[in-house]
Amino acid sequence: MITQYLFYFLTFTAIFCALLVVFSKNPIYSALYLIVTFFATAGHYFLLNAQFLGAVHVIVYAGAIMVLFIYVIMMLNLNKEVEPHKSNIIKIAATVCGGILGLVLIAALRETELGEITEYSNNGIGLIEKLGNVLFGAYMVPFEISTVLFLSAMVGAVFLSKKNIH
Amino acid sequence: MNGIPLTHILFVSTALFFIGMYGFFTRRNMITILMSVELILNSVNINFVAFNTYLYPQNLDGIFFTIFIVTIAASEAAVAIAIIINLYRSLHSVDVDETGELKF
Repeated sequence: MITQYLFYFLTFTAIFCALLVVFSKNPIYSALYLIVTFFATAGHYFLLNAQFLGAVHVIVYAGAIMVLFIYVIMMLNLNKEVEPHKSNIIKIAATVCGGILGLVLIAALRETELGEITEYSNNGIGLIEKLGNVLFGAYMVPFEISTVLFLSAMVGAVFLSKKNIH
Repeated sequence: MNGIPLTHILFVSTALFFIGMYGFFTRRNMITILMSVELILNSVNINFVAFNTYLYPQNLDGIFFTIFIVTIAASEAAVAIAIIINLYRSLHSVDVDETGELKF
């Protein structure tokens, strides 16, 4: 029962703060509301029995990516409310396009007959021990490739932000 | 988590996806566009974890997909912000409508 209340509270928080991210004019406020959305999403992961993933989500998103965003917003001095939004035609087009697609998806979800849902037990599948065994076993090659991706992203970021490139 | 049907979690991720899509279309600031992309990635991650937990609770594949999506999102944010800083240096604005040419 308590998990149900917690789930709906986290859902409300996530959607409300996501709306505020999109609709607030100041980019600093958008970034701060995005942090709240990330925390609510991490709460969803904890409720979904993926504890390690929730911790990683908080560390990487709210810790690393949002610090990068806020640092860049402050460095480029964007914290003023001068951002003109796009014209009303584009807003209406975005609303219609997103809304119709969302309606179709929600209607399809409502009509869905879910088959046998296995009743899962709290067997600690999302804890770090089992995750580590699988990550360094079956998922070894994607793990190594992601390290190469990180290295190339770092080199690319440093190269792109150098001043004089010939 | 036993009393919550799977479709409610999918409703949450659908809502987050389309909020991010609306922001992607309507904002002009490049950094907020990047934030909308992060919202979309988040909704996809919720979908992966929910399907993994409800349908195949003995497997871990959805969680690993989510972990790799998080790593790719981090590197993507770093590279995109480097590009934004470079554009700001040459154009003195981060408005997408003013970046019409792709050269240094």
